[in-house]
Amino acid sequence: MNGAELGRRLRERDLSAAPAALNLLESTSPDDREQAAALLAEVAPAKLGGEAPGHIVGVTGPPGAGKSTLLSAFIMHLRAHGYASIASIAVLAVDPSSRHSGGSLLGDRTRIAFDPADEQVFIRSTAAGERLGGLAAGTRTAAQALAAAFDVVLIETVGVGQAETDVADVADTVVVVVQPGSGDVLQFIKSGIMEIPDILVVTKSDLGEIAMRTRRDLSAALRSLSKRSIPVIAVSSLPPYLEFDRLAQELEQSRRHMKDLATHRQRLRRAGALRSFATEYGEHGMRALGGRRAAERMLAQLPANLGEPEIGAWLAEQMQQQTSA
Amino acid sequence: MSEPPSPRLPQRDRPWMMRTYAGHSTAKASNELYRRNLEKGQTGLSVAFDLPTQTGYDADDELSKGEVGKVGVPVAHIGDMEALMAGIPLGEMNTSMTINATAAWLLALYVVAAEREGVAQEQLQGTTQNDIVKEFLARGTYAFPPEPSMRLIADMIAYTVEHIPKWNPINICSYHLQEAGATPVQEIAYAMSNGIAVLDAVKSRFGERADEVIGKVFARISFFVNAGVRFVEEHAKLRAMSEIWQEIGRERYGVTDEKLLRFRYGVQVNSLGLTEAQPENNVQRIVLEALAVTLGRSARARAIQLPAWNEALGLPRPFDQQWSLRIQQVLAYETDLLDYPDIFEGSKVMDGLVAELVKGAKAEMAVVAEHGGAVEAVSYMKASLVDSHRERVRRIESGEQIVVGQNKFTETEKSPLTADAEGGILVVDPAVEAQQIAAVKQWRSATRDQAAVDTALAELARVAKGDEREGNLMEPTLAAARAGATTGEWSATLREVFGSYRAPTGVGEASAAAADDDLETLRERVAGLQELLGRRPKILVGKPGLDGHSNGAEQIAVRARDVGMDVVYEGIRLTPSQIAASALQEGVHVIGLSILSGSHRELIPAVIDALRKAGVDAPVIVGGIIPTQDFAPLKQAGVAAIYTPKDFELSQIMRDIIDLLEARSSGNGNGATAEAVAGSASA
Repeated sequence: MNGAELGRRLRERDLSAAPAALNLLESTSPDDREQAAALLAEVAPAKLGGEAPGHIVGVTGPPGAGKSTLLSAFIMHLRAHGYASIASIAVLAVDPSSRHSGGSLLGDRTRIAFDPADEQVFIRSTAAGERLGGLAAGTRTAAQALAAAFDVVLIETVGVGQAETDVADVADTVVVVVQPGSGDVLQFIKSGIMEIPDILVVTKSDLGEIAMRTRRDLSAALRSLSKRSIPVIAVSSLPPYLEFDRLAQELEQSRRHMKDLATHRQRLRRAGALRSFATEYGEHGMRALGGRRAAERMLAQLPANLGEPEIGAWLAEQMQQQTSA
Repeated sequence: MSEPPSPRLPQRDRPWMMRTYAGHSTAKASNELYRRNLEKGQTGLSVAFDLPTQTGYDADDELSKGEVGKVGVPVAHIGDMEALMAGIPLGEMNTSMTINATAAWLLALYVVAAEREGVAQEQLQGTTQNDIVKEFLARGTYAFPPEPSMRLIADMIAYTVEHIPKWNPINICSYHLQEAGATPVQEIAYAMSNGIAVLDAVKSRFGERADEVIGKVFARISFFVNAGVRFVEEHAKLRAMSEIWQEIGRERYGVTDEKLLRFRYGVQVNSLGLTEAQPENNVQRIVLEALAVTLGRSARARAIQLPAWNEALGLPRPFDQQWSLRIQQVLAYETDLLDYPDIFEGSKVMDGLVAELVKGAKAEMAVVAEHGGAVEAVSYMKASLVDSHRERVRRIESGEQIVVGQNKFTETEKSPLTADAEGGILVVDPAVEAQQIAAVKQWRSATRDQAAVDTALAELARVAKGDEREGNLMEPTLAAARAGATTGEWSATLREVFGSYRAPTGVGEASAAAADDDLETLRERVAGLQELLGRRPKILVGKPGLDGHSNGAEQIAVRARDVGMDVVYEGIRLTPSQIAASALQEGVHVIGLSILSGSHRELIPAVIDALRKAGVDAPVIVGGIIPTQDFAPLKQAGVAAIYTPKDFELSQIMRDIIDLLEARSSGNGNGATAEAVAGSASA
């Protein structure tokens, strides 16, 4: 399979290249890894002449908060109302893998209604793999590649353990979804999740007062953390759908406010490459680079437009030089 | 010296009501069948509707393809209902309708059909199943989200209590829970919790008048239960249900009148345990299960319908249904069953069993209550049922639970019962679908006053948009029935207002199987396959068409996960193009489809066609109730493997899938999907 060709098609915003591109990016076979690198090189900032235009949005929250229902209704709303800046949508739905078998049940897809004839919407389920509660290694690169072709890439993860912070490491904007009356607010403040969101969404606002109270609690919590500017939106995913326009506007807003997208993405790419390096070469590899701090300083000297695989290759090269020296 | 009192009843009991769950092809054909059944001594009607009618679609909807007239009769409008009931005295008949999401609509059609015969609604007797919670849990023919579904039910109950006093507006079903794998304790607990949810909804519906009507409402709620072949314990289960139900009535709703407190139930005995292998054995299973619900007088069924011996093979013929009716008649008229008072009174064993079940069920009811009641606990209950069913499958697979003719005593002579050309089942004429499509189009364009229909549906939408203070949904539903609206139009109007809904699948929450040697071997093979494919083997499991019986598909999905595959579980009610789009986008290596409704001949080739057009050449395997004579055409359409109820060993199915994928990949780096797409787009 020709990775470069698939990358070129994504760069040219050919959405039909997405399934095959994902098959390649998820593969671990050596031949496919090579082709995947070629694919990613084609959608790297250097080739694109800037950052990938798509808005990468992480959507997370506790199980049962209504994330899939929200996404389902929201995507239908977006498609029905013709938002110019959010015309094409990719969804990466991440589910946990079984620790016993390594297998997974990817159930989110059933909860997201879609029109099979609509080629502007692409949904892909992925298993979190060995990263407990986190994102599969391929999800980050998949999101980056899809952002070359789609207007929005939504990454849905279940908020247990590390997933929230993981999703913050790949997304431009993080939406945290909260169910009304769940007592989550206090937990959130305790666990530090409130540090992460750019937008907070309270679901099931059709429940009325209880949803409004949760929204007030969240707003109060944000004020106490001096994060007053973070919007808290109470939506209803049942008809009559409430506040979906506001959510769409806030997403657009958040994208526009990212004045320095390049710096943000560059930071994410470097962090991601370093994390992959650590997984691949372990403590030993990290020591060869002179420790994490030293590695981060070295990365800061690299040109801004390098893609993650290139940064990774560069790190490996540095390690080899150090060990052979 | 006085004689000891006679152990017999002073007067022999009257038999229970005897029904046969029936309906197929068209309203006219079903009407003929009903009239014949009544002549044979059947004492009530039990209407089986086809899946489009049950889920609220007309025959010409894309989702109805292959399903029209298959598992029941299509009823699209008042004309169909009149044809279905032609010549049947509705003022005297007792009619049970297995209808849930669209129950309010079908009841309205029945009322209007009677009205046109000059029979007032006050005289009507019968039952609408109308139990939506179990549709979310086990049967899958829901149409609207839980909240508005509960409102529809409450509205119907409120209407019938006032206007159709002899009607049972809801039949709370534990039947389907057992079919989905429920243990007796789960069956009791979930049915009772469901009853509480309904009563609470009705109570709040009546507001200040609640106390005055709650006794009447309580008495109108009947149950529809299951009975398995362990008939002693099953009988105890019914006594336990009766005990708990009366306690709920007394303590939770303050009902004091003994008559109103009575636990009333109808029954369809177990189909889950009926086998495809040596299907003649099902006859004795059915007889024993019928004993479970008739043996003890204090917990005897009010109405019974028995499945046919060949249900695991396909749709039963009138002959097969007659055989089941005759079982009931022999029990009621030839045996001495009805001569005695309760024969278990004072039995230590029976009392002990009942006490055990009551205790277990109450504990499980407390768990459901903690989740916020039956409606809120659907996810929890569904996951518990998937787990129980998996345990049952495991016991049969390991031989711990003996199923005669299936996992033991499998040597058999060739059965003369299945020797005819059709394999001993009913085959619905495929022309029926086209006829029904033409008929419903004709009805819409030529028969009715369109302006009246538009007005009626607009009023239905208006009432639906408000809350119950806006009015009872039964009123505009009756008006729409009179105006000549169709089943699809009524449902579409409400879907527009209420939104559509997908029930939880329960598979995501299912716990991991305990590892055994078999599982370990399969996991190693999957790991090897992963090396070969570059990715973990990925399987899509789903059900095309409207059939909501998802137990089999769920078990395959859970087992595939347990052997280490990535499983995209698509759930129920999928069109061929949805399956094709999902398979393409997900990059799956293999696709598993399950159909039990008999629509496989139309739907499977349609799915394969859609897949190939989308550029997906992953192999397709099929499971379900597939008659042997359909194997050849399905294989010709491109199906790689077919599994039927006799293939109960899930491990073997997993081995087959791994073999299939190994043979296909032969060192090839990635999923077939990817190349096909890359190829088709660059061409």
